[in-house]
Amino acid sequence: MAKAKITFTDIDQTVNVPAGTRVIEVSEKIGAGIIYGCREGDCGTCMMHVEEGWNNLTEPSVLEEKVLRENMASRHDRLACQAQILGDCRVKPA
Amino acid sequence: MTSLQTETATATAARAIAKPGEAVEITPGVHWIGALDPSLRTFDIILRTANGTTYNAYLVRGSDGVAVIDTVKAGFGDEFFARIESVADYDEIRIIVLNHLEPDHTGALPELMRRAPNAKLYISTRATSMLKALLKPKDEDRPLSFETVGTGDEVSLGDRTLRFLHTPFLHWPDTQCTYLVEDGVLFSGDVFGCHFCDGRLFNDRSGDFRFAFDYYYAHIMRPFKTHVMNALKLIEPLPLKTIAPTHGPILRDRPRRYIKRYRELSASTFADEIGNEERSLIIFYMSSYGNTARMAEAICAGAEEQSGLRVSLYDLEGGETQPFVDLIESADALALGSPTINGDAVKPIWDLLSSLAVIDLKGKLGASFGSYGWTGEAVRMIEDRMRGLKMRVPVAGLRIKLIPTDEELEECRAFGRAIAGAIASGEKGRVIDFAELG
Repeated sequence: MAKAKITFTDIDQTVNVPAGTRVIEVSEKIGAGIIYGCREGDCGTCMMHVEEGWNNLTEPSVLEEKVLRENMASRHDRLACQAQILGDCRVKPA
Repeated sequence: MTSLQTETATATAARAIAKPGEAVEITPGVHWIGALDPSLRTFDIILRTANGTTYNAYLVRGSDGVAVIDTVKAGFGDEFFARIESVADYDEIRIIVLNHLEPDHTGALPELMRRAPNAKLYISTRATSMLKALLKPKDEDRPLSFETVGTGDEVSLGDRTLRFLHTPFLHWPDTQCTYLVEDGVLFSGDVFGCHFCDGRLFNDRSGDFRFAFDYYYAHIMRPFKTHVMNALKLIEPLPLKTIAPTHGPILRDRPRRYIKRYRELSASTFADEIGNEERSLIIFYMSSYGNTARMAEAICAGAEEQSGLRVSLYDLEGGETQPFVDLIESADALALGSPTINGDAVKPIWDLLSSLAVIDLKGKLGASFGSYGWTGEAVRMIEDRMRGLKMRVPVAGLRIKLIPTDEELEECRAFGRAIAGAIASGEKGRVIDFAELG
């Protein structure tokens, strides 16, 4: 199975994950600082900033795009409960 | 209100600066327009308060309009609106700043928006969804007039300027502070606040509220120490005459000492004690017949073989929960041992685990062990709870039936070595495999 590395820069920890894993699944287990609310892409609490590897996450859905807009997300912000890891990336809480 | 509370309230009222229906001037053109809640004894389920609390809101008058900063809890609107009316007309209000959208500060917001139709809301970037959840606007309503702001953004009142500071997670994702540039007043939201009700309003006039200040920090801000430190970096360089929080006394006398106190309370203490090079593991246990205790000692001995690791071993029966919570906050890893009684871990273990919400556990390692007679569920239940608290459990828990043999005690030492190894290998920069996270 394809693997990818995600680094949580706030705690300086890197995890090797199966491609397709959602960021939320990893960040909660490793104890990164991203905080979750509804966990279903609605509340915007888990907004994270992608420092590197923006293109290595799945494309945001229409719903995620809407929530990001409502929360004044900057260009490389994503919802950690929605984004799936496809390749190496570095993220931190937004 | 009890008769005692009535007496207290009456005695306090006699000395009060806050009189019903009157705003209180903090500095020329800046008024306190909040509400007193002296009979409150429990705030938000989790906090006790010995003399109530205040919901502080403020009004700033500039040459080009009026700003209201925060509102009050629902039920206290009459007091709030009467104070506004004593110093301003609703039509003059152009700006409503919400530093934090929790209901104790936004209860009067819908009515204020109705009365002040010219006002635009200023909220932090993270507050939008909460604002909509609070107001639940319907399609046929007038569109919400609001703007999201971040650090450095400013809004002008003519001769006065409000500048915003993005200070998230103090104690909600939405929290911000607002700085009145020309007067050096920081409207700090819940930061530097406390649940303390004194009609004398100012820190140089109120009763001794130091315990309330520290207690509030310990329950509200402590889980977010890293965010407190980040906020202090923004606040410390500001010229400051007054800190005006949303609860408790207004800090006009030597406001910097409260900033200093926040820095003291947010600093890591044990790291200073042992140096940043050394890691720490704390082992707690409860034991009915000495078996889990013997396991704990063997685990401790095994872990101590690891260099650069300071191991501490405590019997939970011998101490109060609170100091143990302080120890855990400074530790890198926590191991908990419990026998299984009636299919469960014992109560002191759950008491400890349920007291950890006030500290930041993210990234700490957890481990569980215990001797048992029949069923032995405690170990797995503790592990589940640790995971729920966002701890990593890198080594599967160790259960031993009744009295540990010499071989089993060796297993315990190996378990201790494995935990110590996981702490050492958790050094920053190492790549962890997803499967290791359990």
